[in-house]
Amino acid sequence: MDLETLLSYEWGAMLPEFIILGVATLLSLIDLFMGKGKSRKPLAWLGIAGIILAIISLVSMTGTGVTSILFDTFRLDSFAIAFKLILLLGSLMVLLMAMDYEPKGGFGNRGEFYYLFLTGLLGAMIMSSSGDLITIFVGLELLSISSYILAGLRKNNQLSNESAMKYVINGSISTAILLFGMSYVYGLTGTTNLREILGLLGHLNSNNSIYIIGIALFMIFIGISFKLATAPFHMWAPDVYQGAPTPVAAFLSVVSKTAGFIILIRLIITIFVSVPSGDAEVPSFIYQVKDYIGFFAAVTMIVGNTVALRQRNVKRLLAYSSIAHAGYLLVAFATLSYFMFSAVWFYLLAYLFMNIGVFAILQVISSKSDSNDISQFAGLYKRSPVTAISLAILILSLAGIPGTAGFIGKMNIFLGAFMTQPAHYVLAGIMIATTVVSYFYYFGIFTQMFFRPAADQSEVKLPLGVLLVVIISVVGTIALGIFPSIAFDFLTTIEHFGDFIQ
Amino acid sequence: MNDSYLLSLLVFSPAIGIVLLSFIPKVQEQTLKLVGFLSTLPPLLLVFVLYSYYRGGTELSSFSEKLNWFGIMGAGQPFSINYELGLSGLSLVMVILTAVISTLAAIASIHIKKEWKGYFILFLLLEIGMLGVFVAENLFLFFLFFEVTLVAMFFLIGKWGYFEKEKAAFRFLIYNGIGSAILLIVIMILFARTGTTNIAAIMSMLASPSGTLPTGDISSELKYGLLIALLVAFGIKLPIFPLHTWMLHVHVQAPPSIVMLHSGVLLKIGAFGLIRFGLGFFPEEFSNLAWLIALLGVVNLLYGAFLAFIQDDFKMVLAYSSISHMGIVLIGLGSLNEAGIQGAIFQVVSHGLISALLFFLIGVIYERVGTSYIGKLGGLAKVMPITAGFLLTGALASLGLPGMSGFVSEFMAFLGLFKEMPILAAIGTIGIIMTAVYLLRAVLNVTYGKTKQYENIVDISKVEMVPVLVLVGFIVLIGVYPNVLTQPLQLVLENIVLGIGG
Repeated sequence: MDLETLLSYEWGAMLPEFIILGVATLLSLIDLFMGKGKSRKPLAWLGIAGIILAIISLVSMTGTGVTSILFDTFRLDSFAIAFKLILLLGSLMVLLMAMDYEPKGGFGNRGEFYYLFLTGLLGAMIMSSSGDLITIFVGLELLSISSYILAGLRKNNQLSNESAMKYVINGSISTAILLFGMSYVYGLTGTTNLREILGLLGHLNSNNSIYIIGIALFMIFIGISFKLATAPFHMWAPDVYQGAPTPVAAFLSVVSKTAGFIILIRLIITIFVSVPSGDAEVPSFIYQVKDYIGFFAAVTMIVGNTVALRQRNVKRLLAYSSIAHAGYLLVAFATLSYFMFSAVWFYLLAYLFMNIGVFAILQVISSKSDSNDISQFAGLYKRSPVTAISLAILILSLAGIPGTAGFIGKMNIFLGAFMTQPAHYVLAGIMIATTVVSYFYYFGIFTQMFFRPAADQSEVKLPLGVLLVVIISVVGTIALGIFPSIAFDFLTTIEHFGDFIQ
Repeated sequence: MNDSYLLSLLVFSPAIGIVLLSFIPKVQEQTLKLVGFLSTLPPLLLVFVLYSYYRGGTELSSFSEKLNWFGIMGAGQPFSINYELGLSGLSLVMVILTAVISTLAAIASIHIKKEWKGYFILFLLLEIGMLGVFVAENLFLFFLFFEVTLVAMFFLIGKWGYFEKEKAAFRFLIYNGIGSAILLIVIMILFARTGTTNIAAIMSMLASPSGTLPTGDISSELKYGLLIALLVAFGIKLPIFPLHTWMLHVHVQAPPSIVMLHSGVLLKIGAFGLIRFGLGFFPEEFSNLAWLIALLGVVNLLYGAFLAFIQDDFKMVLAYSSISHMGIVLIGLGSLNEAGIQGAIFQVVSHGLISALLFFLIGVIYERVGTSYIGKLGGLAKVMPITAGFLLTGALASLGLPGMSGFVSEFMAFLGLFKEMPILAAIGTIGIIMTAVYLLRAVLNVTYGKTKQYENIVDISKVEMVPVLVLVGFIVLIGVYPNVLTQPLQLVLENIVLGIGG
């Protein structure tokens, strides 16, 4: 490749990534030369400024059509823009809450947190734009390795160490399985480019090859399942969430999960949708196996929601709740309806607001005692009514009560499930039944906040960063719940992901 | 005043109170009580304005409102949801009932002991939900308001109830949560199939010949399925045996003012939903299942009556009596002729008033004596003659003494059933006799019977007399001059009977 070719690329398409990369590099250098005892808060503000810049540059690119550079390994389409928006917003909020994270026993090197966090974000962003198996893998590893370190950042805390260890081992196994699945695809087609694979797999005709592609799909799906924390590959999530620093747990539950769904859609829809099914009545191979995905969705919802009932540690509870939400999202995926893209996108956006908000408040409440027991919420309404009501709104959204973003998200999924022919009554039924089960533990937090007396009467004060996060979360949750057209109109401007496989 | 916003104003007028209350400091108890009570007056005023317009000859349809809200694929396209409110004769009657009982329950709230601020905010929220349910013109809005009542009630029971309040709140939440989950499934299936949530539009689409729905047809089996789902969803609310157990706990554990609202209005949402959606959407299927509904009605009537007979807590007597009386609603609906349905609706209104009266009086007694056990009460007529007198009046109204509202409704419902299913009706009459037996046993034991040791008992106060007199006034008014109800309901009844091909 000569310089001329290199310069001919529209590098502008990568501007958000370049900004994040630049800021991460800058932060690592400043951190290196900064005095040891000095406050690292300015670094956080720098990171936040970088993310805001990236968001602005990203938004300015909407509606420009598909840009594909570097031999089609990096593509900027509506899918990439919409999902990067979630990643960036989520990271912005996590960074805001991390700024004020002061756990008992210290947080290790704060500067390290900021730039590792940004590289993780960069990995996720690359994944959402990738048009090639290699870029997907590079993005995934960048995100994963950053996350492993982030989980273990509280070096003097035993749980944090355990969490990092578990995460590394589980994560590498899943990566290996994913890679194994990808190698089958490569073996069959001889290319790593997603669009070329799409074209080549459309001509598969021997049963043997379809059999192999089935194994590939199975492996890839399992590999990604670890990232999404869907059952039965969810075991790591509660332990990792519990041990990891609270902002990291928020990052894992929102940004990392979003990234998981990004590769799930990117890979499975682009690769497997063209594979013929061998059955004249079924349009494609993926339709033949969607019931299996539905099965995983059902198991995930059931496991997540029922095991959450027994949790007293709020972080573990949120981990199981996050498993349950992954199950709901898989329902949207398994139905493969016309609404799938927008349903998944909207749900992730709603989930971002409600979940990070809850984590932010949890971080403040549990900081004094370093305990995440549910009794820490006792009497919160007496201690700080505004915080309690904010938290109540976010939890109502998690539970899917109308008037909140969480409800509209669930509604989209149901609509998709009932619109397809034949309709997915069983799957939707399980989803709604497990939602009712989830009322038990979500409203259990209400019992603590509103009905029980507080052991500690002192007022709860939210530091600036957390306050901002809570305001953004609550406003976002209510706005998307009452005026969901804000989000739907955005989808209309990008034509509902119409350019996904162009 | 612009007529076209009258309904929105009506539904959301309690919100003014919520805003005002949130600015009043917690310690100013008198102001909080006063503002809380005054905030229930605007809706009351507005329903009477509506009613007087209606009596003055204004068409009910002229109060309809419609605004574009949002759409999954952009507003105005299929799968969009509008903000629509409207009024029919039935909903007019229901909103009057709601507004009247809400104001009276606000007066009854003088017995609440703590945290007035939170109490009245939730109380007003509950009122918004109840009013909204009855005037919602589309299923989405209906569900939204329905869930508002669910959340508000959970807190009102769990925080301000008696000893086992939390348990009762959770029972309420889970049972009704399951009910609303099933309702949501029905709503989403209808939405997915018809592309709209407008009730009138769905009604006409379902009535039109098959093959005309935009996205797939609704098979006859599915229609039966949906109707049975509705029966279960609203059956939990109503409550129909054996889905009633939660309601007993609520009636015993919730504070009297909330029980007034619960048994006076909230239970009626079940009947309202069955009439509006069950009969409205699926008239043909409904008439084929009429025998089942009538049978369930008789079972409810007898089961409630027999169990009420053996209770030793007055509240439990009244709770079982509610179950029994809801049986009469089902009997009326199951008979499927004009008289029967009219009887059912009359019973809905009449029982709303009577049960509010009885629960209020038992609250007054509990406040003074500290118990509602029949065995521990006796000879109250000596110390509280006025209360005892009204208690007897309420009981007589409830057992259907001619000249009171209970008589009209029972008479009409049974008239309807005797025409269609005489044997079933004959069995049902045993329930009527039982009603007289258990109510007189309970009331006479309490008011006469052996006088117990009471200390410092004063009779009902002037403030407490207001709700009692108003309720008795309405009960007698409907009993003597049923035309106040028949007139607005006439058109609704004609439409229903037309729908079932009668």
